[in-house]
Amino acid sequence: MRLTKLGAGLALSALLATGAAAQQPVKIGFITTLSGPGGYIGADSRDAFNLAVEMEGGKLGGVPVQVVVEDDGLKPGQGKQIADRMLKTDGIKLFTGIIFSNVLGATAPDILDAGGIYVSNNAGPSNFAGKDCHKNYFVVSWQNDTLHESAGQNATNLGYKKAFILAPNYPAGKDALAGFKRFFKGDIVGEVYTRLDQTDFAPEMAQIRAAKPDMVFHFHPGGLGITFARQYQQAGLLGTVPLVVAAPSVDANIVKALGDAAIGTNGTTHWNTDFDNAANKKFMDAWTKKYPGRLPTYYAGQAYDTALAIGAALKAVNGDLKDPEKFRQAMLKADFQAVRGPFKFGNNQHPVQDWVATRVEKGPDGTPIIKTIGKVFTDKGDVYSKDCKL
Amino acid sequence: MTLALEQVLNGFQFGIMLFLMAAGLTLIFGIMNVINLAHGSLYMIGAYAAALVAARTGSFLLAVPAGLIAGALAGLIIEFLVIRKLYDRDHLQQVLATFGLILFINEGTTMLFGRTPLFVSMPPFLSGSVEIIPGIPYPTYRIAIMVVGLLVALGLYLLVNKTRIGMLVRAGSTHREMVRALGVDIRMLYTIVFALGALLAGLAGLMAGPLLAVQVGMGEQILILTFVVVVIGGLGSIRGAFYGALIVGVTDTLLRAFLPGFLKTFMNASEADALGAGLSSMGIYMVMALVLLIRPQGLFHAQG
Repeated sequence: MRLTKLGAGLALSALLATGAAAQQPVKIGFITTLSGPGGYIGADSRDAFNLAVEMEGGKLGGVPVQVVVEDDGLKPGQGKQIADRMLKTDGIKLFTGIIFSNVLGATAPDILDAGGIYVSNNAGPSNFAGKDCHKNYFVVSWQNDTLHESAGQNATNLGYKKAFILAPNYPAGKDALAGFKRFFKGDIVGEVYTRLDQTDFAPEMAQIRAAKPDMVFHFHPGGLGITFARQYQQAGLLGTVPLVVAAPSVDANIVKALGDAAIGTNGTTHWNTDFDNAANKKFMDAWTKKYPGRLPTYYAGQAYDTALAIGAALKAVNGDLKDPEKFRQAMLKADFQAVRGPFKFGNNQHPVQDWVATRVEKGPDGTPIIKTIGKVFTDKGDVYSKDCKL
Repeated sequence: MTLALEQVLNGFQFGIMLFLMAAGLTLIFGIMNVINLAHGSLYMIGAYAAALVAARTGSFLLAVPAGLIAGALAGLIIEFLVIRKLYDRDHLQQVLATFGLILFINEGTTMLFGRTPLFVSMPPFLSGSVEIIPGIPYPTYRIAIMVVGLLVALGLYLLVNKTRIGMLVRAGSTHREMVRALGVDIRMLYTIVFALGALLAGLAGLMAGPLLAVQVGMGEQILILTFVVVVIGGLGSIRGAFYGALIVGVTDTLLRAFLPGFLKTFMNASEADALGAGLSSMGIYMVMALVLLIRPQGLFHAQG
């Protein structure tokens, strides 16, 4: 199934190009997950990325761009095929968009080997942050572990002593539990691996109740997280054992689907809708105007930042990707105002950024919203950067 | 001890949930000899219809008929437009066509309702919990699922074994040509069976709404387990689907709950957790392989 959609900017830039001297738009390959239960993540990322292009009138950093969106269906093989075609047939050199670490793991090496550039807007697996780091591979979102490290630190800050932790039995799930444990100072009274296709969590709820923890950390992105949190509430645990989780288990869509069940959930994130800075206000205004009644998830926030980061680099090289090293030097300056506030790249070209604690509370109109509470980390890099020789 | 008892209860309840799905699938599979991969889509349609009606009207009691009707109606339409042309074709073509339906229905749902999972609120009168085991509050809604599942099992048993239409269904599954020669409209019969299966899928979907994330692709998550149940129980046997579902539900739950703990008695903790999780997710497939080895026709194959 091929879903080629030209970025909204294309029509506009085509119009402009007829008048002005025709500068060929820089094509950006946006491979993302649009179908299946994780589909809303890709849709939010795509819409925010396109919004950034649209706000500049079809350009990023003053350079006309054309965003080519394709759906990987959360299948690593499919992502690889799309990248291959984009590289060879469409002559695309600049890529972004991939949501899931397993798709990235299969796709990014092909892009990099072919001399392409990859800028990650979400997935940040550990190997690419450490010894497999690459000079043409940039991550604007995070290194996966730092998500869960911030949750661990948050749990320590909140004074919890006994944690029960759960995650699906796959690489990112194991990283999640390892990341949490790295910064949690209390005891782990239970550690359970669930399944990626699990629909019933009753046995886990019974185990949690039996272990009598004073908090629960779980990592279940997308629909899994909704299922988990609902059943957590129905088992009567929500009122007694608080949840302390990382951003993927408490995004705006999950909160919306959970309703009041989400209230009281402690989270950590690097961006939230209520961040008080000029760049974020501009983004939120544009988003609310374009998509009224739809709160952006943090996936949208970081995809928008990715567009800005690419824009800043394109501006410095004037849209010329022939010399990746020049693009790289421009990219590493990170000369843009991120919606999340302070942002820079570490030596492994992964972010060094602040993390904040959030809590789900009742908003002014009675519906639950994610509220920023305070700082967890300042200028946080990741543990793998020391293994990267760049 | 109470923990073990609670886990058995959890497994039993999960089994009942699977039975609601498997009953419809086994009817269609066993009696009409049609492999319907789109059964999960009917489940999703039931869940969506119930969720949307509940959100609009705020009433769970209105959502119940909405889910049932949507499931059955979608089943009727699918049978009329697609399945009817496939009765005489081989299974590969049925698989292809119904797989196409999955893609079609998933994309259609995305276009109509978007990718954001829907919120389904728990009906207030079922949102509490009851202490059926002292010291352990068990959610009322899960008890309600068990009651509904058992009633459906009883109803299907009576329908298939005690009524005229049930007799025709049984006859149609084993001696199709003979039934036709006796002047029974077998097409009509098939349509009814398919709609009934779809209705049950819709019921499973609407019951699952308050428990799970109602979203595109939710049907495929449960479809594979449902096929495992049907294979263990035996094609076309409602009784088989019932016991198969309970076996799968209880095995899966107990393995998940106790295997890592058991392994920890002689292994280090993190290895035991990982190995236990891996083994327990294989558990039901090992049961299925065992059943296929010893009784390839399933535990309760429909006679004939």
